Amino acid sequence: MSDITAPSPLGAAGAPGTPHFYETKEHHVENGTLLGFWLYLMSDCLIFACLFAVYAVQGRSYAAGPSGADLFDLPLVALNTSMLLLSSITYGFAMLEMQRKRLRPTLAWLAVTGLLGAAFIGLELYEFAHLLHEGAGPQRSAFLSSFFTLVGTHGLHVTFGIIWLVTLMVQVSRHGLIAENRRRLMCLSMFWHFLDVVWIGVFTFVYLMGVLP
Amino acid sequence: MFDHLDLTKLIFGRLTWEAIPYHEPILLATFIAVALGGLALVGALTYFRVWGYLWREWFTSIDHKKIGIMYIVLGLVMLLRGFADALMMRLQQAIAFGDSTGFLPPHHYDQIFTAHGVIMIFFVAMPLVTGLMNFVVPLQIGARDVAFPFLNNFSFWMTASGAALVMMSLFVGEFARTGWLAYPPLSGILYSPDVGVDYYIWSLQIAGIGTLLSGINLIATIVKMRAPGMKLMRMPVFTWTSLCTNILIVAAFPVLTAVLALLSLDRYAGTNFFTNDFGGNPMMYVNLIWIWGHPEVYILILPLFGVFSEVVSTFSRKRLFGYASMVYATLVITILSYLVWLHHFFTMGSGASVNSFFGITTMIISIPTGAKIFNWLFTMYRGRIRFEVPMLWTIGFMITFVIGGMTGVLLAVPPADFVLHNSLFLIAHFHNVIIGGVVFGIFAGITYWFPKAFGYKLDPFWGKCSFWFWLTGFWFAFMPLYVLGLMGVTRRMSHFEDPSLQIWFQIAAFGAFLVALGILCFIIQLVVSFMRRESLRDTTGDPWDARTLEWSTSSPPPAYNFAFTPRVHDNDAWWDMKQRGYVRPQAGFLPIHMPKNTGAGIVLAGLSAALGFALIWQMWALAAIAFVVILVVTIGHTFNYKRDYYIPADQVIRTEADRTRLLASHV
Repeated sequence: MSDITAPSPLGAAGAPGTPHFYETKEHHVENGTLLGFWLYLMSDCLIFACLFAVYAVQGRSYAAGPSGADLFDLPLVALNTSMLLLSSITYGFAMLEMQRKRLRPTLAWLAVTGLLGAAFIGLELYEFAHLLHEGAGPQRSAFLSSFFTLVGTHGLHVTFGIIWLVTLMVQVSRHGLIAENRRRLMCLSMFWHFLDVVWIGVFTFVYLMGVLP
Repeated sequence: MFDHLDLTKLIFGRLTWEAIPYHEPILLATFIAVALGGLALVGALTYFRVWGYLWREWFTSIDHKKIGIMYIVLGLVMLLRGFADALMMRLQQAIAFGDSTGFLPPHHYDQIFTAHGVIMIFFVAMPLVTGLMNFVVPLQIGARDVAFPFLNNFSFWMTASGAALVMMSLFVGEFARTGWLAYPPLSGILYSPDVGVDYYIWSLQIAGIGTLLSGINLIATIVKMRAPGMKLMRMPVFTWTSLCTNILIVAAFPVLTAVLALLSLDRYAGTNFFTNDFGGNPMMYVNLIWIWGHPEVYILILPLFGVFSEVVSTFSRKRLFGYASMVYATLVITILSYLVWLHHFFTMGSGASVNSFFGITTMIISIPTGAKIFNWLFTMYRGRIRFEVPMLWTIGFMITFVIGGMTGVLLAVPPADFVLHNSLFLIAHFHNVIIGGVVFGIFAGITYWFPKAFGYKLDPFWGKCSFWFWLTGFWFAFMPLYVLGLMGVTRRMSHFEDPSLQIWFQIAAFGAFLVALGILCFIIQLVVSFMRRESLRDTTGDPWDARTLEWSTSSPPPAYNFAFTPRVHDNDAWWDMKQRGYVRPQAGFLPIHMPKNTGAGIVLAGLSAALGFALIWQMWALAAIAFVVILVVTIGHTFNYKRDYYIPADQVIRTEADRTRLLASHV
């Protein structure tokens, strides 16, 4: 049909003045992993946005049950928050060591980050157990449903972050700081800091504003 | 404590023999037919020893072309199921008047209309649209695959797993009886205590993960992997609309995930998000699900706007009229689609000012859409139009869709909506735009790109039959519903008292019968074209004398798509190459870097389906095992670092030499 595609006597060089229509060298496309991961984070951010919106609608629907002012133990939450914020800093140190290609300090800082994350989860579980013990479980009112869901979803994310962190530590110690592992550490870094940012929202919006009358 | 632990419950949950609907003759007959058909298929595949081939070349393939084709096969198979539901509804409504109760009891009828909506949107339209994007976009931008080839395979299998769960609900247990969006409190545990809504939730959650990942994948592909020289404003319009669609997917599907998660918490954990008491708020569900749901309709239609743009300019032999305005119209629709969700429930009673805002934004959307229609008309104006089958679908679309758009603007007027809300007028409207837009577009796209995918064209005679049956069938089936809607007939009824309405339902049933013929003709078309494939063969790679890069490579394209990455100088890159004397390279081939196949996608998706099934039936032991295994397999998969290989240069040379011979033999 279109005879233009048939091989012509002109050969591969083409007629003079014809622009190049193809790359003769191997064409390296940019790696899209960081962009893709960033897009995933934004989609995750939307899940949190929905949970925040639900909390905004139902955060004061106590159904004659306890309110945030009755339940929240701010010093405990402040301690909890500091654990998570510190873990972001230590993750940052791990990334700095990664840039310097120093394997052992990278792993050490990652371990510290994981421990701080685990401490955060531990304190959160303690808080949840305490609330359940007081009869303030997620079934008690729409306020508590949305509270447990928002905070719990964040906690689940941190838990999976820790599992991922441990996996990466094994992989880094096995294969060293190769390009793939550096890329993976970058992704987890974005994930970890993202969870920190979300937690700042939770701390402000749920706990600090929740204890206001 | 362990004295009370019931082992049967732990293993089988709610699943008992009662869940098998052997007392319902329709379901039993369907089950026997499906089982026999399935056995025959499995037997034939085993007999011809194609399992190994299917596993190696298709199921584990990370080739975007094969995954695209698998998506389309899934969509077409599910179309048959969804359409069978439609036929049953049309038949029931045509006969269930007065003393006659029809052939479907209400609890079965309610499952059918729910399943019809869910299947048609999530497991027909979505796979077909995603399949087209998957197949076409990398070729159009001159790339060798998508950005994340493994995720692409995984996404497909997650969608297929969701579809499998919905199909399972037909024979094990039941499906939701709530309508396709499962509004609470009806979908709450108090009013729907059985497994129907759970099937709904978990099939959509599993398929939703696939959709979201494929959205991320295609955005990264379009942003990062375009051929050199292809600036944003040189992208083909189909790529543009795909980009916007995938942005919408990434920005909308998380909302669906979140709202379905909240509904499942209400059902499983006894929380009070959408309950009537303890501070719950059912309207919050309706708001949230439509914040996903309205962008969803644009997710479905935008890629088809792209298809129509490609088809119109190819078959009018003209550059698309108003390329820039087309792009901007697409972007405006993308943004506006987030600002209209409340028009689905004006009757919620948000007050005049809120309703006016959403009414006006809804009407504004018709402006960019109208601009697109004019662009297509002006493209045709003074073009050399060829009425090939894709062009027929496109013209059918323009006429049908404009009517559907106008009834949409009618519904956007809040006072009119108060009268027409939940009436058959609404049903007629959205079928008018979905069939007239999405379905016609998918058929246009399938017919247009079929030769690219398989190397031979579809038989035009049966294509034209299919088109005319679909078009007339659509008009017969849905114009009566407009009339009935204006008379005040509401949706989702399995029985009517007023005999004067019956004639309209009978006309609609006749229309559905015509559509059935249209589908039959399409299937015949596939078979006939396969039989006649030698005479329909496309040897050039460019059977329509088209304009974009996918037509510059062979049909079907080699695994690596392009031996050399193309360099783009203009819109309609391939047309530009043809005009300016492009000569196909025949020497200097290099080894090509490609991703390796993997079975991890199908394994993980299968495990997810098992997890979903366990959660539906509350088989906690199986659920825990499936979850842990998923985690282990996922982590195990990340330990595989060798995910790519090189296609050796000799092989590229051989493939390209074959094509050279093919081109030379047919000049």
